[in-house]
Amino acid sequence: MNDTIPWNDDGLLDEVRRRSGTEVGACFQCHKCSTGCPVGPDMDFLPSQIMRLVHLGAEDEVLGSRAIWLCASCEACTARCPMAIDIAGVMDALRIMAIDRRIALPSARGKQFNRCFLGSVRRHGRVYEMGMMTAYKLRTFDLLTDVDKVPQMLSQGRLALLPNRSGDVGQVREVFRRAEEED
Amino acid sequence: MKYAYFPGCSLESTARSFDLSTRAVCRELGIALEEIPEWTCCGSTPAHASSDSLSVALPTLNLQKAQAAGLPVMVACASCYARLRIANHRISSDPEDRRRAERITGRTYDGGVEVRHVLDVLVNHLGLDAIRAKVRRPLAGLRVACYYGCLLTRPPEIVAFDDAEHPSSMDALAAAAGAEPVEWPFKTECCGAGLSMTNSGVVARLAHKLLSMARASGADCLAVACPLCHVNLDLRQADAAKAHGAFQPTPVLYVTQLLGLALGLPPENLGIDALTVGFAGGKP
Repeated sequence: MNDTIPWNDDGLLDEVRRRSGTEVGACFQCHKCSTGCPVGPDMDFLPSQIMRLVHLGAEDEVLGSRAIWLCASCEACTARCPMAIDIAGVMDALRIMAIDRRIALPSARGKQFNRCFLGSVRRHGRVYEMGMMTAYKLRTFDLLTDVDKVPQMLSQGRLALLPNRSGDVGQVREVFRRAEEED
Repeated sequence: MKYAYFPGCSLESTARSFDLSTRAVCRELGIALEEIPEWTCCGSTPAHASSDSLSVALPTLNLQKAQAAGLPVMVACASCYARLRIANHRISSDPEDRRRAERITGRTYDGGVEVRHVLDVLVNHLGLDAIRAKVRRPLAGLRVACYYGCLLTRPPEIVAFDDAEHPSSMDALAAAAGAEPVEWPFKTECCGAGLSMTNSGVVARLAHKLLSMARASGADCLAVACPLCHVNLDLRQADAAKAHGAFQPTPVLYVTQLLGLALGLPPENLGIDALTVGFAGGKP
């Protein structure tokens, strides 16, 4: 992070406030979120730094960060924030904005994972784990990771070979269609 | 005592033993479960990280079905549980959220269906006395680290049936089953959850921290109540040891599996054979 980041009044704070429905401006940098964040050591910006960057309107830094894709949505920050900011909700809003503006990091595999997961839900009404994992691996060219676990999972019945489609998959597809119209 | 049961997608596949043991334990304890007909995915983290309206509408489809059946909902997966509770909270506290969910699902819903986690049902609805009365093979001498993870207790104003920072319901259940719950500091620290596929290196680091702390605290095994906790701590345990240093292999069981053994149910009916780190049935 640069020593100083200029304040850029382009409405980032307002947009994050509106999309997340939480008062992100109330952050006073106590760093409690960062202290308790399990993935803090892996992030380029800590959660409290993300809050500050939002205040400063540093859109490129925030939306192009690794941090927003490393957040595991464990909600420890949200539960502990003394200003009752839903920090995990802010991370959701930032991920959605990063995708909308097409500036999410290409290395942000969470983006591909979410797409494969929701694609499976739309197709079957439920997640077909085997199909979803295969699609994700093809999309990320990450073909070998975890392949060693597959024989054991199959023999133990921990990986269903075929999708178990919900009879109400039609309702789910309709929900996806209407949610896209609303967003 | 009767609930509409929402198994969730993982319980049909990676967490099949959570489904088996939940159903077996409930049957044994007289909790009737009626699976929500043609239930559909709650959307989990990929939905709330992609579309706010989708994240409320997907759980709502299932809550509407439970309302039609006139039953409260029991959920096993901690993530599904949180998403269903959050949808209820949003719909009952914000009229705009409610209108939007009703527009998207095409049906009315007031957010009023009660949603409980299986742990909450066992400890707070059925009660520990009723459970103790049914324990036939107490897990004597078994030291258990009860691991709650994230979404059983967070966010506390929405999912709370236990203390967010120092929960105790699973410990009380393990004790009722005759085991010895150990005090340990990482009960609610995240295992990496959905980073399992996308950032398995992060998960290995967190799993190593949790498992070695449980061991250092004197535990023989861990109890969990979430499919992702189980994948990250059981299936990925060898990866954690390889990346960050060896520790004694530690069985990780669903709390319903431990309870089922104490109730005298056959291990094969509880999916005990589907653990990566095997569990002998008593003190390993």
